[in-house]
Amino acid sequence: MASYKPTNIPVYPKLGEKVTEETLYWKNYKTPIQIKEFGAVSNIHFSPVTPYNFAVTAFTRIHLYGLLSQEPVKTFTRFKDTAYCGRFRSDGQLLVAGCEDSVVRLFDVSGKVALRMFKGHTKAVHVTDFTSDRYQILTGSDDYTCCLWDIPNSAQLNTYQEHTDYIRCGVTSQLNRDLFVTGSYDHSLKVFDARVDKSVMTINHGHPVESLLLYPSEGLLVSAGGRYVRVWDLLKGGQPLVSLKNHHKTVTCLALSSNGQRLLSGSLDRHVKVYNTTSYKVVHNFDYPAAILSLALAPEDESIVVGMTNSILSIKHRKPSEEAKETAGHQRRRPSYRVYAHRKSYVPKQDDYLVSKPVRQHLAKYDKQLKKFNVSKALDTALETWIRGRKPEITVAVIRELDRRGTLKNALAGRDEQELSRLLSFLIANLVDARFAPVLITAAEMILDIYQSIIGQSPVVDKQLLHLQSLLERELDYQKDLLEVLGMLDTMFASSLPKIELPCSGISTSNGLPQGQSTASRPQILAA
Amino acid sequence: MVEHGDVRVVHKGGSKINFREPALSTDSRFLLCASGESVKVFSTATEECLHALQGHTDLITGVLLRPSNHLQAYSCSLDGTVRLWDFTDGILIRTYSIGYPIYGIYASAKHEGVIFIITPMHTDTNSELFQLVAVHLPQCGEQLVEAKELSAVLSNISSNPAASAFGREGQYIVSAKPLQLEVYFFKKHKSYSFFLKKDNQKGGKNTFTCITCHPTEDCIASGHEDGKIRLWRNFNHRKEYTYSTLHWHHSAVSSLRFTPEGTNLLSGGVESVLVQWRYNQESQRDFLPRLGGAITHISVSPDGALFCTSHSDNKITIIQSCVKVSAVIQGLVKGDRIRTDLMIEPRSKALVLNGKPGHLQFYSLQRDKLLYNLDIVQQEYIHESGLEQFEVVMAAFDASGSWLATVEERKQKAPELELNLKLWAFDDQKQSFVLNTTISAPHEGRITALCFPHVSDGQTTMLVSTSRDGHFKAWQLAAPAHTEDEGPSWSCDFLGAYHSLVPECCCFSADSSLLAVGFQEVVTVWTPASWELLTTLSQPPGAVRDLCFGRLSCSKYLLGATTSRLLCCWNLLTCSLEWVTSMDVSLLLADPLSENMAAFCFEAGSTDLFVFKPGEPRPLFSHKALCSGRVTHAVFVPREVMLESCDEASQWLNCSHLYFLTQSMDLLTFITKAEEDKLTASSKQLVVSDDVAMTPFHLLLGKHRDQLENPQAESRLSVEPIRQPSSSAGINELLQMPAHVLPSASFLCSMFVQSLLISVNKPSEQNKEKEEEMESEKEEEDSDGEMESRISRPEHMPSGESGCAAPALTKEEVRELRRLKKLDHSWMKGLLD
Repeated sequence: MASYKPTNIPVYPKLGEKVTEETLYWKNYKTPIQIKEFGAVSNIHFSPVTPYNFAVTAFTRIHLYGLLSQEPVKTFTRFKDTAYCGRFRSDGQLLVAGCEDSVVRLFDVSGKVALRMFKGHTKAVHVTDFTSDRYQILTGSDDYTCCLWDIPNSAQLNTYQEHTDYIRCGVTSQLNRDLFVTGSYDHSLKVFDARVDKSVMTINHGHPVESLLLYPSEGLLVSAGGRYVRVWDLLKGGQPLVSLKNHHKTVTCLALSSNGQRLLSGSLDRHVKVYNTTSYKVVHNFDYPAAILSLALAPEDESIVVGMTNSILSIKHRKPSEEAKETAGHQRRRPSYRVYAHRKSYVPKQDDYLVSKPVRQHLAKYDKQLKKFNVSKALDTALETWIRGRKPEITVAVIRELDRRGTLKNALAGRDEQELSRLLSFLIANLVDARFAPVLITAAEMILDIYQSIIGQSPVVDKQLLHLQSLLERELDYQKDLLEVLGMLDTMFASSLPKIELPCSGISTSNGLPQGQSTASRPQILAA
Repeated sequence: MVEHGDVRVVHKGGSKINFREPALSTDSRFLLCASGESVKVFSTATEECLHALQGHTDLITGVLLRPSNHLQAYSCSLDGTVRLWDFTDGILIRTYSIGYPIYGIYASAKHEGVIFIITPMHTDTNSELFQLVAVHLPQCGEQLVEAKELSAVLSNISSNPAASAFGREGQYIVSAKPLQLEVYFFKKHKSYSFFLKKDNQKGGKNTFTCITCHPTEDCIASGHEDGKIRLWRNFNHRKEYTYSTLHWHHSAVSSLRFTPEGTNLLSGGVESVLVQWRYNQESQRDFLPRLGGAITHISVSPDGALFCTSHSDNKITIIQSCVKVSAVIQGLVKGDRIRTDLMIEPRSKALVLNGKPGHLQFYSLQRDKLLYNLDIVQQEYIHESGLEQFEVVMAAFDASGSWLATVEERKQKAPELELNLKLWAFDDQKQSFVLNTTISAPHEGRITALCFPHVSDGQTTMLVSTSRDGHFKAWQLAAPAHTEDEGPSWSCDFLGAYHSLVPECCCFSADSSLLAVGFQEVVTVWTPASWELLTTLSQPPGAVRDLCFGRLSCSKYLLGATTSRLLCCWNLLTCSLEWVTSMDVSLLLADPLSENMAAFCFEAGSTDLFVFKPGEPRPLFSHKALCSGRVTHAVFVPREVMLESCDEASQWLNCSHLYFLTQSMDLLTFITKAEEDKLTASSKQLVVSDDVAMTPFHLLLGKHRDQLENPQAESRLSVEPIRQPSSSAGINELLQMPAHVLPSASFLCSMFVQSLLISVNKPSEQNKEKEEEMESEKEEEDSDGEMESRISRPEHMPSGESGCAAPALTKEEVRELRRLKKLDHSWMKGLLD
């Protein structure tokens, strides 16, 4: 006696992007915390020392946030105009920021009033940074100059006037106290050495440079400007290594993940892309609600902080790792587990007579009903909200099975308003899905046949039927458009392919789109 | 063209075992079933066929135990004879010649020396009217007896044996006509008839399908077309009869049986569910679902221990009375429509074709046994007539047998056609095929042909399918696109078309460098390496129906059969037509091991076979009028051992057998004279010759026999247990005896244990005297023990005898004597007596 064969649920190829380890890693963040700032968030900088506070520069203020706090732990408000580029020193004690009023202010993290005010620029200062010896400050300004300042006596050490447009980004070397790089809207990057009066290297980016990043090894320099992210090899004299064009609007900010393996870029097109730094392929993508101006990652990638033009600061924290969860759960489960293991570990002795118990076949609910030929109940179980919403393929497979048994009509008939509207809403949700269409069209036709007499009696059902009709009309138009496009493509391919000598004209590999598992690579015209 | 007398067409295996109700022996150990022209005796415990009772010359239509002797059985046949058999030994006891074709047989313990048979009412065999005739069997010792005392009992009855039955203690006989129940009482010589209306109110059909009678009460159970069972009572009055109705089956009840005590009623039908009704408590039912094909017959053993059901898929299921399946005897399934080609599985050399619905069956031709069924569709089969089911329509193996491709389809209508292409990989661990890829809707139209290239060494990675949608597709085995744990799967590699013509057939050349696809009138030749169209060949008018590349030395030829009754041979080197001949080829086949090709031609209602080499003008072999109707399924089966026949006519059979299925679904093959002689010789001489395989049984028994046969070869010290001349004959006898008549194993066991002991003792004898002493003491104890069990045999004296026989004997000789006595073969003497 053969056992009951359960309904075959076809496995459809997963649509959309493939799940890789990378996506799992980057998906493992909680839902973002959103904080409204006073204006567009132009810069975010993490303190290099614990507790890893971060400074958020927005409009005329700089807020300091704790890593897990949602309220600012500290606020610097002594700016006359829009503040720019609030950055921590490498010991986390001092913070420097530029301002629209051309004054560079230096703050003690614990104080409120500026310790030093560096005046000398004539226009807004967008770039500020500490050199690696902690005693100097680099600034870059819209007056086309960049300066080095001494902190103890707040004196201007040097001024470089090589750029021919606004300087909007700059970074100091962490290994050498004299080296720094600036990027300007004149499309060029310049590497300066404080020991000489001129730039030592000039690199043409090709677009106004918005952001700069040095690798921890400082052999590679990353620049962002226009839609491009470019990587330069500094050791080879600024040779271009790779050019990435994955955004469709200006790239505004760059960040490196903590282990230096991934590069992140944020853009006005509202995306943050994650690149693998060995292959320079995009491995993940984050979507944000508004154009992104600034981006920063906490050490160990514990959180991603993004600032946007709509003055929203979005903070994503990493979920606690699985191991921590497991150890917590383990404690609770232990006693019952021990009992279970004891029974399991019983090894029959040599002359024990083993009584084998027939293995009970586990059947899904709908299969149990199908086995008993309860067709309506089987359809009801398959239409349960959970299955209907999450796994429509199960519902469709049950409908297909009922159709195969010739009892679909019986299963669909005799339903009240509520059940019918449930059926119709399932049809509306899934009818135009190419994977399910052949099965569901049969079902839809049967429903119309059965219930045509009651049309007009229930406003709910009537509304859904009208919805279904409009859905089908839209789908028909859509399919017609697709066919037109296909025809155009065929013409183009036919004219572009070289003529083949042999008397065969009917071959065109391009037309025969490789069909894999999916049934409907060619659009099907639905008969309404 | 010459007819060759020394190559003969023979039936090969796979006979129908579900034609008539099987009979279970009284002790439930044997099952007798009519199978073509012989009665097969199966063991109910092991499912093995013990022997076939051969003698009838036409289809056997009934098997029945003789009521007066439970070791004998009657069988009746369309050849007009009833034969009486001793089925345990397979001996024909008597043949009663009746003279008319017999369609069914009944007997009752009450009617000694009389059997009841169903024969046509008129002598011409085409008559639709049948009668029940009582035959008095003459009592005489002759082998062939002519039974002349015939007397008609009932006339105008159904030819179906299930439609008539004996009543309680043989007092009356009941027969059902389409809408009438007729009861004939033997005592009163009177018959009553009860009629039913054609249709009842609900539209069900009241037609009778089968009938059975309660063994101890006056109750008749009848099955009906609409699935109802009626229990008739009080039918010895014309007016006051009553019936009650039971209804569970949703379509016709095909068989009904009461258990011997009358406590249960068994019924079965298309649903393939055996229903057991409690007699008088009909609301209580037991079910045994999913038995396989539709139940056609149910039979019950006389002791009630076993039931057995015959199924439409050529299967007999043996069921214990606790409603549990205990054994399944499965014959070659020969459905009405074999949709797939006949194929040979390259690994096991099993014949593969459609089996149970939605399955492929693997049938061993050597052992004439079904190996297993492979579930292709993997869906619950709904037993309901008129339902459109998924059918396996096409299957193909690759050359190494590691891949199997199957196509299943449902619904014939074009817009609703459901197609699945499945690819199965052979799993070495499971020794079976495992589903690798399912491609739903691989084409938009029906698939017309499917073929793998013939790469023998490497892994097959390509499959070509052609379809009515005007395309052919090449499917390729591809490594998974992403580094996940999934294995490689198949996906579409190329889609080809030619002037929107419909491709009908495709074929790979012997080295797989060329693919020929027949697009109606045009044959296109492609190279699979780059998918370029190399050339086109055509011979209008008439579409190409079948394509075949030559093999080996003839691999430059491409043969095509067209619908305009032409067989064309193209030379691929010159791209020109080599020769063409006019014949209506229904099937073209190439032998995979030689250059030979077989063409089955349909000519004037029957099929002719031509075997030829594409390069030679004269056919090697031809056979006119092979069978009636078209042959559409045939296969070359490679031989295990090559024949070395030099005879010109049978040379083509040297490498392969040729099997084919006729329109009536008979599996036939060709056999040479030499082979036939060998077969008959081997069947005559059942004695085990020296080239018996080294089975464990042979190791035990054969070694012993060797010792018996060449005692001189043994060392002086070795024991020569028995010098009786009858001993080797006794062992021969033992080997020829059917296993079920042998003495119990304890007899055999002691003998084998003894024979083993000797070889162990030998070294110890030579080496240590002390041990010998101890052993001999032990043996004395042993022999004492044996004596007790053999008290009834006076010729064996207690062990004291050896002591007084001769004091001069050495110790060794005494031991020899003892051992000699212990090897007791008296049971064999008993057998010989």
